[in-house]
This record gives sequence, structure tokens and C-alpha cells, in this order.
Amino acid sequence: MEKVLMKGNEAIAEAAVMAGCKHFFGYPITPQNELAAYMSQRMPRVGGTYLQAESEIAAINMVIGAAAAGVRAMTSSSSPGIALKSEGLSYLAGCDLPAVLVNVQRAGPGLGGIQPSQADYFMAVKGGGHGDFHTVVFAPNSIQEMVDYTFAAFDIAEKYRVTVMLLTDGILGQMMEPVALIAPETKAPAEKPWAVTGTKGARPKNIVNSLYLSPELLEKVNIARFERYDEIKRNETRCELYKTDDAEICVVAYGAASRISRNAVEMARAKGIRAGLIRPITLWPFPSDAILEAADRVKAFTVVEMSMGQMIQDVELAARCKKPVNLCFRTGGMVPSPEEVLKSIEEVLR
Amino acid sequence: MKTVFQRPNALTDMPTSYCPGCTHGIIHRLVAETLDELELTGRTVGIAPVGCAVLAYNFFACDMVQSAHGRAPAVATGVKRANPDNIVFTYQGDGDLAAIGTAETVHAAARGENITIIFVNNAIYGMTGGQMAPTTMPGQVTQTSPYGRDTTTAGFPVHVCEMLASLQGTAYCERVAVDSVPNIRKAKAAIKKAFQNQVDGKGFSLVEVLSTCPTNWGLTPVKALDWLRDNMMPYYPLGVYKDRSAEEL
Ligand SMILES: Cc1ncc(C[n+]2csc(CCOP(=O)(O)OP(=O)(O)O)c2C)c(N)n1
Ligand code: SF4
Repeated sequence: MEKVLMKGNEAIAEAAVMAGCKHFFGYPITPQNELAAYMSQRMPRVGGTYLQAESEIAAINMVIGAAAAGVRAMTSSSSPGIALKSEGLSYLAGCDLPAVLVNVQRAGPGLGGIQPSQADYFMAVKGGGHGDFHTVVFAPNSIQEMVDYTFAAFDIAEKYRVTVMLLTDGILGQMMEPVALIAPETKAPAEKPWAVTGTKGARPKNIVNSLYLSPELLEKVNIARFERYDEIKRNETRCELYKTDDAEICVVAYGAASRISRNAVEMARAKGIRAGLIRPITLWPFPSDAILEAADRVKAFTVVEMSMGQMIQDVELAARCKKPVNLCFRTGGMVPSPEEVLKSIEEVLR
Repeated sequence: MKTVFQRPNALTDMPTSYCPGCTHGIIHRLVAETLDELELTGRTVGIAPVGCAVLAYNFFACDMVQSAHGRAPAVATGVKRANPDNIVFTYQGDGDLAAIGTAETVHAAARGENITIIFVNNAIYGMTGGQMAPTTMPGQVTQTSPYGRDTTTAGFPVHVCEMLASLQGTAYCERVAVDSVPNIRKAKAAIKKAFQNQVDGKGFSLVEVLSTCPTNWGLTPVKALDWLRDNMMPYYPLGVYKDRSAEEL
């Protein structure tokens, strides 16, 4: 297969179009602008809609409308904009609508900075809206994975009627790599009998709604949704294990930080330290089993994050206090070096 | 026996949740009669707001979406862009449309989005128990303007039709009232035009309906109609504020 050199932001956009997404609603923000710009150029050519909304709130509500109408719809933003979309994420979940959302993370809090960051882990995995719900979160670490998981995102969104977020960052969004653009055969259900497309007098009316005034009923609906989440945990949890078989120390990192960590693992191995890497690919559901399994074998974990340490909480939970968990971090848009990660590996082993 | 009056087919047989004497019911009926007469029910997707009309998804017989507070025009935009052959309308109160959802309203109009908005102005937040709304009039007493709306601290009401008429994207906006039979007839004609415009692809149409909230105004239904006539109609003059629907496309 021929490969093309593409920026991460543009690769996601092209994959979405290839996946049949014809409705994109956006709002400008760095470092995700190339994604929306690509859509604005591409959508009119494929008979789709590119709409620059008046805000991120409006954009995600347009996604809600388009998703309710049964089409594949998507929006993208960066950290401050994703915060605004959290209302919509909750309504998407409450209405059981499929949607795809991209967060090209930048540093915060507040206006923060436009440099790459991983400080939205909590927002993506733990929150991002009120009420009992989850967003499925993919954390690709290469442009190829950005493409592959964009295809997967649309399928998973429709199969389980959930929102899937691609959690990337300014490094992955902006960098270029050769990528094979191959659309896999979709595994999503062909029909959306729940969509609001007009009854045409041929079926009972459909209602897309998240309001349940009866607490007894809302409890049932929420529990049923979490049964679907359990299915997602069973079927869709993904992580990459790199040299973990004989590892005495496991680095845990996702996205851009995992690329740096992998270099650090090689450097450690060259020094005779048996280091390995556990790379969560889905952040929700979190690959807790892989961590727990490793906890019985390794001496310690080092979590590498471009934040003050957020995923580390899930690693600690998964490791059940069996082994020490160290944090190697840079924040505010700073990126850790392989040497810094190596130092952290050596420290925790001491 | 000849039937001279019945429930429009575009309304379900679900009893509405509105207080006795509330004019939301009349406005529902006018929308439903329009859907019947233009034979649109099977093509239509309605967007319910957050407000007393939140349960409108149960009352209209067409496909419905329940949206977040103020976001109905954005949701309607998504539905319409997905399936342009659908007729898409929102039904929103003044808090929903002119406070939290101002941006969504103004920009749907500015884009000339080919949708229909039924805007129910009752000068108060009905559902939450009668707080000051963006359309509460100077001096009007509400739960959160207990001494009357003081414009030096609470500012002035939003005149939605006047504001939207200034936008190039607005095809049609008219303010009507449902206080009397002649005005109800005019309101019906305006609503019908707002839907016909969408069928004809004319673009953004909004009908502002001056409506009562006897419960939170603390008035009987009849006195509420008088209050609407005596206080709201002079402050919110009825009439057509913009009409490009006669223009050739
Ligand atoms: C984000 C959010 N804020 C506040 C509310 C609470 N709320 C429910 S209805 C409503 C007011 C609706 O008033 P209006 O739009 O004037 O409609 P009416 O009830 O008068 O018909 C408010 C503030 C909410 N549901 N969501
Ligand atoms: S609270 Fe007011 S607006 Fe709401 S249903 Fe009752 S009378 Fe009507």
C-alpha cells in the first residue's frame, strides 16, 4: 500500500471523510486548526457539510442534531473548547447518540498555552459533563493510529451508541508521518431505526431525549447504559505491551509521551535495566488488567505524563498498591526528554 | 353528524402538562393545525426546548428531539443540514431563546438557516417558578425582581424581532399575540407563513408569540390575557419586522 505524508490533524480529517462522515461542525482553536481547515476544503467536494459554528457549544449541539438525524457527525477542538463541549457530551450520552470528537490538547488551566499537553486526561476520562456516563477515549501515538482509530471511532460510536473521543495533543496534531489510508470494512449496524428523519407516516414517531422525570425509570436507563459500558470494557479495551515479558520496571505512558518513553526503555535496556512499556490505547476503558498483571512481576512503575500527573491515579488504582508508582512529568506545554524518563526509571529502582 | 372541531392530527392524545389557562396550549394547536394543513407532519422534526415546553416531544405527533437549554437552533441546524428535506422547527421560551441561547438564535438567523422558530414570549421563566427573564419588562415584579425590574441594575429587555430584523440572514420575523380570537387568527397565519417559507426554501423564519403565564404572573387566566394586552402589547408592538418571503430565490 502506498503511503502519503500527512499531518496528524489532516490525517484524522481525511480518515473521517473516508469513514463516511459528511457533517463536520467546528470552531477555530490552535493547535487543531488544520483539521477544520481540511474539512472546509474537503466537505464541499464530497457533498458534505462544513459549518463553522458560533462557539464550541453550538458546534457540539449541531453534532447532536446531525447524529439524531442518523448521519455520521464530528467536531474537533482543543482543551478550552472541549471544556465548553462538555454540556453536549452529557446530552449525547443521555440521548444515546453516536458521535466522534477530537481533542488536540494544549496546556492549561485557563487560556494556558498553545504548546502540547496531556492535562485533559481527567476531563476526557473522568468527567467532561454532568451525570452518570462515560466517553470512550482513544489515545493514538502515531499518525497511522490517528487514522486507524478514527475509523474505529465511528464504528464503535454507532455500535454502542456512545461518543468516542480521540485524545491527541499538539505534537501528534502537528507532526507529519507517512500513513496508509485504508478504510476497513465498517462493522457498524446498517440501520438506525431510532433516528429522527420524519415518520413519513410509515412508523411511530421517534423521540431523541435525555429527560426522565421518573427516578425509577432514569435509574433503569442509567443501569442499562452501564451494561453497555461493561460490554465496551470487555470488547474494546486496548493497550500495547512493549518488552514487558521480562521487565523489572514498567513505564506507563500514552500518546506523545509514550513515544518518548519507548526511547527511554531502549536506553535503559542498553544500560542493562530490564525496562518495559505499557501503553494504554484506550484511556476509557482503561487497561487495568494489564497493569495489575504486571504489578505481580515488576519492581515498580514509572508513569510519564505531560501534566502534573492525572493518569497516574488510574495506574495506582489498577496496581492495587502492590508496587510503587513513580511519576515523571513535565507540564505547561513542556515535553519530557528520554533522559528525564530514564532518570526516573533509575530513581524508582533505587 | 358533522365534526366541526377536533384535535389536529399533528397533536398526540397525550394530555399536556401546561397549567390551566396557559396559552402554550393555544400555540401548540396553531403549530399542529399548520402541520396538518400543509401536510408536513411526516416530514417534520421538532426540537423541544428547556422550559415549560420541555415535554413538547410528547405532544407533537412528528419526530422530536429534546435539546439542552438554549441550544435548540443549533440542534435544528444539525438536523436540517443532515436531511435538508425534513421540515425542522424549534419551539422555545424567552429564557431559552433570548438569554442562554442568544448566540445560537442570532447565528442561526445570521446564517439564514432554513428552519422555523416558534418563540413564546411570556416575559418570565415559567418552568423554574417565575424568575426575571430577558423579556421581563421594566418594573415587572418576578421572583428575582421582587421590587420590580430595575433597569439601572438589571438592564433592559431584549426585543427579539427588532434585533433579528437587522440581520441579513433573517427571511421573516413577526410578533403576534394569542390574547384574543382575531389575534389568534393572525398568529396562525404568521406560523403558517413561517413553515411555508421553509418548504419554499426561503430561509430563517421566526414568529414571536406574546403568551401568558397566569401561574407565575399570579393572575387568573382571564386577567392574564388583560395584562398581556395592557402591558406587553404596548411594550412589544405586534407586527411584521422583516419579510423577504415574497422575494424570488
Ligand atoms: C443549563 C441549564 N440552566 C438552567 C436550567 C433550569 N431551567 C429550566 S427551565 C428554565 C427557564 C425556562 O424559561 P423560558 O425559556 O422562559 O420558558 P417557559 O418555562 O417560560 O415556557 C431554566 C432556567 C436548565 N435546565 N439548564
Ligand atoms: S408555569 Fe406559566 S408558562 Fe408554564 S405552563 Fe404554567 S402558566 Fe404556562
